[in-house]
Parts: sequence; C-alpha cells; structure tokens
Amino acid sequence: MFDNFLEGHEPMSDTPFVVVEGLHFSRGEKEIFRGVDLQIHRGKITAIMGPSGTGKTTLLKLIGGQLYPDAGRVCIDGEDVHRQSRKALFAMRRRMGMLFQSGALFSDLSVYENVAFPLRVHTDLPESMVRDLVLMKLEAVGLRGARELMPSELSGGMARRVALARAIALDPELILYDEPFVGQDPISMGVLVQLTKRLNEALGLTSVMVSHDIKETLTIADYVYVIADGRVMAHGTPAGLDVDQDPRVSQFVHGEPDGPVPFHYPAVDFFTDILDAGGRR
Amino acid sequence: MIRHITHLGRRGCELLEALGRAGIFLFLSAVGVPSREGWYLWLRQMHFVGVLSLAIVLVSGLFIGMVLALQGYTILVDFGAEQALGQMVALSLLRELAPVVAALLFAGRAGSALTAEIGLMKATEQLTSMEMIGVDPLRRVVAPRLWAGVVALPLLTIGFSVVGVYGGYLVGVEWLGVFEGSYWGNMQASVEFIADIGNGMVKSLVFALVVTWIAVFQGYDLVPTAEGISRATTRTVVYSSLAVLGLDFVLTAVMFGGLS
Amino acid sequence: MKRSKMMELGVGLFMLAGILGLVFLGLRVSGLTLTAPSDTFRLEANFANIGSLKPRARVTLAGVTVGRVAAIELDTDWYDARVIFELDAELEDRLSRDTTAAILTAGLLGEQYVGLSVGGDPETLADGDTIRDTQSAVVLEELIQQFVSNLISD
Repeated sequence: MFDNFLEGHEPMSDTPFVVVEGLHFSRGEKEIFRGVDLQIHRGKITAIMGPSGTGKTTLLKLIGGQLYPDAGRVCIDGEDVHRQSRKALFAMRRRMGMLFQSGALFSDLSVYENVAFPLRVHTDLPESMVRDLVLMKLEAVGLRGARELMPSELSGGMARRVALARAIALDPELILYDEPFVGQDPISMGVLVQLTKRLNEALGLTSVMVSHDIKETLTIADYVYVIADGRVMAHGTPAGLDVDQDPRVSQFVHGEPDGPVPFHYPAVDFFTDILDAGGRR
Repeated sequence: MIRHITHLGRRGCELLEALGRAGIFLFLSAVGVPSREGWYLWLRQMHFVGVLSLAIVLVSGLFIGMVLALQGYTILVDFGAEQALGQMVALSLLRELAPVVAALLFAGRAGSALTAEIGLMKATEQLTSMEMIGVDPLRRVVAPRLWAGVVALPLLTIGFSVVGVYGGYLVGVEWLGVFEGSYWGNMQASVEFIADIGNGMVKSLVFALVVTWIAVFQGYDLVPTAEGISRATTRTVVYSSLAVLGLDFVLTAVMFGGLS
Repeated sequence: MKRSKMMELGVGLFMLAGILGLVFLGLRVSGLTLTAPSDTFRLEANFANIGSLKPRARVTLAGVTVGRVAAIELDTDWYDARVIFELDAELEDRLSRDTTAAILTAGLLGEQYVGLSVGGDPETLADGDTIRDTQSAVVLEELIQQFVSNLISD
C-alpha cells in the first residue's frame, strides 16, 4: 500500500528544515557524537537508524534543545536551537511535537486531559473549542472512545497513540518520534506505521524518526541516516541503502547477526579467559 | 595516598556542584507569579502533603504530649513543682518538639512521596515531554509542590502543638491530678507569644522549606531508574532528617541561646 | 469535579484548622489577650543586688501579677541596680508611697520575680516615682557562706 509513496525519490532541493552541523556530544568520558551532520527536509519522514546504544534518543534531545552539544549546532528553520533564551526555546518547542518511547502520558490526567494539555497551556480557546479539537485528534488516532480512561488503563500501543494525538494537538511543524514501533505487537505496530505515514501526509508534517526497526522504518521513510560510532555512516533513500555496498550498512540493513559490528562485546580471547579462571584474583 | 586525596577532591567538587544545581533549581522553581491554574495545582498538592499528613502528625502529637506530661510529672513531683507541668509541656512542644518532630514525620510521609512521584514522572519521561510541549516542569510540577510543603508544614506544626498540649492536659490533669488552674495558668505565665510560639513557627517554616526543597530536588535530580528512585527516596528521608536536626541546633542557638 | 470540590473543602478546612490552632496557642497557651496592650505606668526601684532577675520577669502584688520588669540598668551614682517596672494603669496613684519591693524566688529553684507589698502611707506613687524601700535578692551562695562563717566563729 505504500508503493506509490516510495516514488518520491527526487533530489531534495529546497532549504532543509532542520540542519545539524558538526555535532559533538559526550556524556562523561564517553563520546557519543563525533561530528554528525544531518539535513532534514520539509514534509518528509527522515529516519535515523543505527544499532542500539549509538545515542539516537540523545540526538532527538539535542534537536529538541534539552541537551547542549559540546560543539556544532542544530538549526530549526534557520534558528540555532542552543542559542535561544529559555523563553524563546519554549516558544520554539510549541512548533515541535515529540513522541516518547514510553508515551510519557501524564499519569495524573485522563486521556482527554492529556490531549487537551498543550491546548490549555498555549491557547485561550473556549472549552467547547478545546473539546472539538481534542476529539478530532483522538478520532485521528482512533481512540475517541477511550477519552475517559486514565493512562494506567491503556495498553502500550494505545498509550503511544494517545501520545501521538497529544503531540499533534497544536499542529506542530516538526514531529520527533523516539522508537515509535519498539515493543509493539504486529497489529499495533501496523496501526502505528500507518498512522505515522497518514498523519505526515495529511498534516504536511516534517517527521524525524529514530528507530532500529528496519523493515517498518524503511517502508515509510523518505530518507534514512545510519549512525554508528558517533558518525553518520551512510545516508540515502531506503532503496539506495538496500543496495549499499558498505559491509557495515548492509549488515545493519539486512539484520545480519555478526559482521563488522561484532556480536561479542569486546573481551580478551575466549580461550585465554577460560584458562584464566583458576587464577582469579 | 594521592589517589585518596584526588578522590576526596572529586567528591568535594561533586558536592559543591550538586549544591549549586540545587540552589539554581530552588530559585527557578520558587520565583514567579503563579497563574490561576497554578493555584489549583497548589491546592491539589496542599491536599496531598497537608491534609493527608494530618492524621499521622496529630496522633504523634497527642502521644508526645502525653509522654511529656508523664515523664515531666515524675521528675517535677520530686521537687514539689508539678504545677509547672503545663509550662514544661508547652515550652518543650512549642520550642522544640513540635517543629522538629512534625518536620521529621513530614519528611517521612510527604517528602519521600514527593521524591518518588517526581522521580517516577522523570523516569517515565513525563517531565521531558512536558518540556517538549513547552511547559516548564519546574513551574508546573515542582513549584506547586514546593509551596504546598512550605505552607503545610507550619500548619501541621500548629496542629501538633495544640494536640500535644491537650495530650499533656489529659495525662497531667485528668489522670495524674495536677490542678487544672495551675496547668493552664503556669503555662500562660511562662509562654511568650513572639518568643516561643513565634520562634517555633519560624523554625517550622525553615524546616518546611528545607525538607520540601530536598524532596523535590532529589526527585528531579535522580537517576531515572527503579533503583534510582528508591535510592533518592531514602536520601530524601536521611538528608532531610539530618538537615532538620542540624538546623534545629543552629536555630535554637540563635533564638534561645543568647547568641544574638 | 465532585472529587475536586471535596478536595478544595478539605484543604480549606485544613488551613482554617491551622489558623484556629494558632489562635488557640496564642490565647490559651501563651495567655495572650485580645485587648490591645493595656495602659501601663512606670515605677523605679533600686536594689543592692538583683540576683538573676531578668527583664520581662513578673511583678506581683499579693501574688497577683500586676506588671513586668521593663528594664534593668546599672545606676552609676550608687553602683546598684535600677529596675524599671511597668505596672497596670489601674494601680496608678493607688500604691502607697511606702510600698516595698522585694526580689523573690518562685520555689527553691524557680524564676525570680518582684513582689510588691503595700504600706500605710496616705500619699501614693505616680508615674516615674521611685520605690524607696527595697529588699535585694537572696543569693544562696552568700547565705551559705554566712552560715559557714558563723559556724566557724562560734
């Protein structure tokens, strides 16, 4: 069903909406990014992929301005995210939505109130209008009937859909997805994949998606960046990556268990380790 | 040796850094005019930290007042001074026991719950997502809790004192037979409103700020895992208890120790 | 909505109870009266030794508290202590001129306070007057010393 969609491989010529340049970030001693460059174009779904532990969520937090890079910059619509005052940053975030891995619904508010939350905070709309908007967003994710439930009563997939409704409540221009498909049963996964794509088309959103679910991500993404070892290892359209010759990219894209990205955590030689067991200090 | 000194130095720097973070944190959350919704959030937290802590505080106050009267009587009666029981019960409650014990109970009942609640919100990324929606969690989550704590604990301390004085009355007058007139009369003659009740309230206000501050900061600053939450909750109770007892000494020295 | 009304009510009651508690402490425990600080007048008295009398100590007449010690200072003319009392205004021009003031101790170990006793002089004390006839505090150590030296000289 996504076939016609994948035709959009034309070169992206317009100015990118989000630009990441020479991004360096380290946490303690550990270097997470060593010069990452990304360009994210308007109205497209851009996927950022890579093995777990490569700091993909960290990258989203850097884009959202929650973390500060050691060097480099992140520009959204021409404005440097990390050179804003606290107030300007919060204003900027009104134009972004973020979908968290766990959904991150406010546990003390009902589904309805969760979706209404951004509206109440940022607008002075009358209650009837808020209600219409909330029901509209909930309808879009198919959970209008669940509006009185509390987040603790929702399944993981439903919670993520409510979170999606909340993320789009203010009609943002940019939406950041953190591992949207992880840990879902096949049905909810399918629902989420379809929803993501449909919302992107219908609302003209720019989407950035961090994921390691290769199959699902490749079906909906317009452009893919593969990150490993703190750098962009490869980027291109899903079709382009599929035939990439780089062994590391091909290992990741085709999901091979062992290859340039080793199966084993770095350790001394197995044989030596076994023999050493008697001499443990 | 050098390694140990380096270690000590690093711990010192970390401590200083944490204190700095906590200070900025307090400033950012405490300063600012609350919105109408802010009042409502504050009200909810007042219910949570105030009304729900009332039972434990009042029951403890009653027992402490009763024990004070019982212990005080057995000592005072040796000097033939059992008429001074009211004065002893009231002064020990107002100056020391009510502010301190109420603060310790508050740290255990409300402080640890605040830490766990904020910690859980952090662990489930609710704070981050609030930030991404463009709402400052310091103002929305932390500030109402901080101010609720600061208002609730002095009120709880008053309740503790009142119930404690009545507890002392029950044991001293009703049970041990101290003359009722001298119980209240000696109390009224020796208790000063500003010097005793006022200073007790000041103590309680200081404890309220410190305990709530520690609780919300520990919740906000914790490592967002299950283990991190349980550690932070323990830290809240330990740190606030130590802070309350230590500050109590300092405040007592300043207020009643002639250090002025 | 109903639950939040209950909650508001709870918090309201809680705060009201707190305020009432404070009023209770003020009135019942510290004996604060709601009337404004009543009018007072001042008397002075010189004592050779005030013992451990402190400002704000009680001043009694026939055991009834009638005022407080307002200030204690050293009288550099006589090198004794000048104590200033604040007494209830209703006693103004009613205490006889030969009223005596004594520093007494409540019980063996209690606080020191001032006891007044009225004489028979028809003239009375007005604001700012000085009580002539005073009796210093009994210092336990001096008493013991006296007793011991008497014992030895016997």
